[in-house]
Amino acid sequence: MSKRLETTFAGVPFKNPVALASGTCGFGRELGEYFDLERLGGLCSKGLTLDPREGNQGVRIWETPSGIMNSVGLENPGVRRFLAEENPRMNELDLVNIVNLGGHSMEEYLEAVELLNRAKLDILELNISCPNVKEGGMNFGVKTRVAREVVRQVRAICRHKLVIKLSPNAEDIVALARACQEEGADGLSLTNTFLAMAIDVDKRRPVFENVYAGLSGPAVKPIALRMVHQVAHGVDIPVMGMGGISSWRDALEFMMAGATVVQVGTGSFMKPDLALDVIDGLEAWLEERGIENINEIRGSV
Amino acid sequence: MAKILSNQALSQGFYLIKVRERNQVHMGQFYMLRAWGQYPVLSRPISVFDADGETLSFLYRVVGEGTELLSKLEPGEELTLDGPHGNGFPLVKGRVALVGGGAGIAPLYLAGKTLKARADVEQVDAYLGFSGESILAEEYEKAAHSLKVNVGGFITDDVDPREYDAILTCGPEIMMRVLYQKCRSLKAKAPVYVSMEKRMACGFGACLVCTCQTDKGRRRVCVDGPVFLGEEVFGHE
Repeated sequence: MSKRLETTFAGVPFKNPVALASGTCGFGRELGEYFDLERLGGLCSKGLTLDPREGNQGVRIWETPSGIMNSVGLENPGVRRFLAEENPRMNELDLVNIVNLGGHSMEEYLEAVELLNRAKLDILELNISCPNVKEGGMNFGVKTRVAREVVRQVRAICRHKLVIKLSPNAEDIVALARACQEEGADGLSLTNTFLAMAIDVDKRRPVFENVYAGLSGPAVKPIALRMVHQVAHGVDIPVMGMGGISSWRDALEFMMAGATVVQVGTGSFMKPDLALDVIDGLEAWLEERGIENINEIRGSV
Repeated sequence: MAKILSNQALSQGFYLIKVRERNQVHMGQFYMLRAWGQYPVLSRPISVFDADGETLSFLYRVVGEGTELLSKLEPGEELTLDGPHGNGFPLVKGRVALVGGGAGIAPLYLAGKTLKARADVEQVDAYLGFSGESILAEEYEKAAHSLKVNVGGFITDDVDPREYDAILTCGPEIMMRVLYQKCRSLKAKAPVYVSMEKRMACGFGACLVCTCQTDKGRRRVCVDGPVFLGEEVFGHE
């Protein structure tokens, strides 16, 4: 592979700008049986929380035209078991180890960050789309004021590169992104899933026990792309773009909109090695046009 | 890509599709089937009905857009297969009952065929329940020593679990739960192996949308299952 796809995100070198998105690849174990994970630029862990969680009851997945809604509810083994059982193996891989962390209160975030501070990892991706139990369940990523406070407190203790994963449900995503930058975030990733709903008309009740669920897949791509474009043009820190990327052309759109790195999520459910098709497609597109490095096209639109 | 050899419409919206694909499948495993591009987003998890090393057959019922698209496929066209996935049924011994309901009868054909051919299996009795009319009765008769079909009633009423050393079941969760509870109330010694069905996304164990509650916490139906012991999934209820 040439150096055409090499890039740097917040000082972290990526051999190519394609990572797998959190929640769609576990901790890499299973996909490692399909392809060589080291072809990837990076891998984002399943969303962790301080303590283990069993996740939501009831239906967890529902299809919608060109998309899926999920309500897994952050089922995960907790930070301690992750550090003991998964993180050493993720670090051994030649790719950027991105650890995704969620929380349901400020205390929970901070305690988990303290634990992760003692571990080796490349980037901490902070999921602020979780419901805040102390504010009536409103997601931390909706109000700029609330998001700013989380980023400020986490930044104050976090010794890793800190990327904030933005919710598309933010009331003003550009203002919220700027607040993250002001509080010292090293980068941003967006978008998380879009709050959505499905109703079972025969039962006359919501499909999901939590009523609302997160929409992802090609259905959200144009909106996610617009948000990446707005945010990338509104901040100086680098952006990881995602939201329905299912081909190398989609990935190029996100990069032309301003993303330095892209994440493939739901697309891996269509084809487990879709991320490799994206990498190969990007390489071929650059080569055909004689473009030396992918960074030349970043933010060109 | 697997070439389609036949895709036969049965009654009640059931279809039997046969494809050419080298395989080493164990009874009770499944594949993720896909015959389209990006829409629908997800592939469809379908149990193996029959396998002979060179071909695979899947019995499915049209219930939504994915299975509707599968039903339109013609011989000569191709199907994308990912699998086999899951643990499948264990190689049980002695006297065995196979209890299936609706589309859940699918994995019990290969299970019957496999077990009937084994020297340490004395007897294989198949019990199949349908809400409408029965399908593939002649085939299931060949895959077992006896076949009992129940249309419109409760197939679990027809099974006396005390006659068996092991029970394999697949079908609606309520049917499998009733069967497990019947075994427990009759103090039957036969372990009940239940094949759980959940909506899936990845099919390979990464996304956690198909996990079910067990006595050992949440387990993934796609890779830790789909077959669990009845007491693992229903014993704690």
